[in-house]
Amino acid sequence: MTEQETPLWEVFIRPRNGLAHRHVGSVHAADEVLALDAARDVYTRRGEGNSIWVVRSDAIAASDPDHADETFDPTADKIYRHPTFYEIPEDVGHM
Amino acid sequence: MYSQGLIGADGRTEESEAFLDAFQKRIDAEEKIEPKDAMPEGYRRTLIRQIGQHAHSEIVGMLPEGNWITRAPSLKRKAALLAKVQDEGGHGLYLYAAAETLGVSREQMTEELLSGKAKYSSIFNYPTLNWADMGAIGWLVDGAAIMNQIPLCRCSFGPYARAMIRVCKEESFHQRQGYEIMLTLCRGTAEQKQMAQDALDRLWWPALMMFGPHDADSAHSEQSMKWKIKRFSNDQLRQKFIDATVPQAEYLGLTVPDPDLRWDDSLNGGKGGYAHGDIDWDEFWRVVKGDGVMNRDRIKARKKAWDDGAWVREAALKHAEKRAMRKTQEAAE
Amino acid sequence: MADQALLNALIELADDHNILSHRLAEWCGHAPILEEDLALTNMALDMIGTARGLYSHAADVEGRGRSEDDLAYLRVEREYRNCLLVERPNDDFAHTMLRQLFFAAFMEPYWQSALTSSDETIRGIAGKSVKEVAYHIRHAGEWVIRMGDGTQESAARLHAAMQDLHIYTEELFHASEAAGHCARAGLLPDRTDLRETWLETLTPIFAEARLEMPEGVPPQIGGRDGLHGEDLGHLLAEMQYLQRAHPGASW
Repeated sequence: MTEQETPLWEVFIRPRNGLAHRHVGSVHAADEVLALDAARDVYTRRGEGNSIWVVRSDAIAASDPDHADETFDPTADKIYRHPTFYEIPEDVGHM
Repeated sequence: MYSQGLIGADGRTEESEAFLDAFQKRIDAEEKIEPKDAMPEGYRRTLIRQIGQHAHSEIVGMLPEGNWITRAPSLKRKAALLAKVQDEGGHGLYLYAAAETLGVSREQMTEELLSGKAKYSSIFNYPTLNWADMGAIGWLVDGAAIMNQIPLCRCSFGPYARAMIRVCKEESFHQRQGYEIMLTLCRGTAEQKQMAQDALDRLWWPALMMFGPHDADSAHSEQSMKWKIKRFSNDQLRQKFIDATVPQAEYLGLTVPDPDLRWDDSLNGGKGGYAHGDIDWDEFWRVVKGDGVMNRDRIKARKKAWDDGAWVREAALKHAEKRAMRKTQEAAE
Repeated sequence: MADQALLNALIELADDHNILSHRLAEWCGHAPILEEDLALTNMALDMIGTARGLYSHAADVEGRGRSEDDLAYLRVEREYRNCLLVERPNDDFAHTMLRQLFFAAFMEPYWQSALTSSDETIRGIAGKSVKEVAYHIRHAGEWVIRMGDGTQESAARLHAAMQDLHIYTEELFHASEAAGHCARAGLLPDRTDLRETWLETLTPIFAEARLEMPEGVPPQIGGRDGLHGEDLGHLLAEMQYLQRAHPGASW
């Protein structure tokens, strides 16, 4: 009973204008049109959004968690990228 | 809706001590584990099994309530029941997707359900025999499920926890709509009240069984707790459920079908709670193993939907293929 | 007279929605793919909502203290006024989706036109429903295209559905005496006007689905006179069972 699998799509929804699309889950659908319908029928039943993106799950390239150390840790000591690194006298006021 | 009572989880794992220790440290620090992270094979296997069982329970769980959609006694009740059963379909869908992040496909999981290899909550192998069952399922079965599902929102596996947060948010109306049905029946005619009592009589014990075997007999619970897949023991949750539900039954004027049920000051660490009579575990295992009155029919119904739908799924895939081909051709011209 | 005509016309319309939503609800838990369980249920819920609004309005117009449920649950086959199309059994997914497309493609221009009804409640129902049916057209239409231009089996099933169902579409454009009266009074749209828009909606979909509507076959009509097929009685027996078994009870 092995049948061809219906592709998986990741669903992103924008709750309202002004916000970014956010990943909410996934659906199975044969193509992008049915995927958008499915996303609408599954993930917006309670007024969760006003815009939907779908993207095939196998089209997403992801960073490798095994390389997370070398990928993300080198930024840890670059504290000069943060505003609190710099000392400005209080008299100068908010900056 | 679902139970905990994970059946037959196998948390055995063969990684090195150092690997397991490092993993445990992450768990103890309340770090969430994400799908591509390194994890013990036993952790992955337990999750696939538990999330799969949970998803199957939602999908099979659509059937006993689906049995009354077309007989719902008012348009309002029909809409509410339909929306509730639809939610269950949605919850099955979220959960399948959570399991899929671990590298098992929905088709594989479906095949396991249809072949009888995968288990699901045995509560759904009981028939729904009158309209009050719609009330009792919402009140008791969803009530029991909520007890279990709220802690699952903090489960250590990220996709499962996120799915459960969504599920819990949506399910908040399920128990209330069930209790409202019970309340309406209990305030109605003598026949209606009798229906409500009958539903409670039949569903009370199966609802208690939803929490799974006693802690002492729950072989794989300990490892699941350690990995924070599970946060409370079966007996703890069952007690919590009974303590919350008995006063609700009293409010309805219904009798809980347990002659040994009584208040016991010594329970819950001296705070008191309801002591209950013995659960018939023979019945539990009989139904789990496939000999409940509805087991065969449930799987048959799922198999029929899946088989009848095969040509539709094939058509959609074929059409997608044709469209993709035409697009390539157009681009070439 | 005016009130009686409006009452009858509202009941016709409400019965259409009640019966078709019931058919869609029969799918719940049995769809070909889980995503479609949710989609079919969404359409069913839209239509139950519309049916409730219409029955309530009918009950108000009648002014005899009957409720939406009295109208839905306590009338027998011969008193039901739905068109024959909506009571057709689900059969398979092809029948279900084609039936939905036929109906939604009619209701979209109907509600569009009802937005200017002289009756405020009808305008309100139209405002909500017109968006819902636009989605039903889209969703059912996409599936009709996929079945028509999918596999051999799906095309054969869709063609069979067309053979079975197209004879019931003519009735959509027939106005009963009550509906005709309401159309002239500006309360409800004129059904006989909507054929062109209906065809405009369907033609491109059927072209993509490689589907043709047979011509020259005599249509089946009768629902507005309470002359139904045999399936409706079974549907009502199931739907009305509790209300009939426990007269006067509240649920």
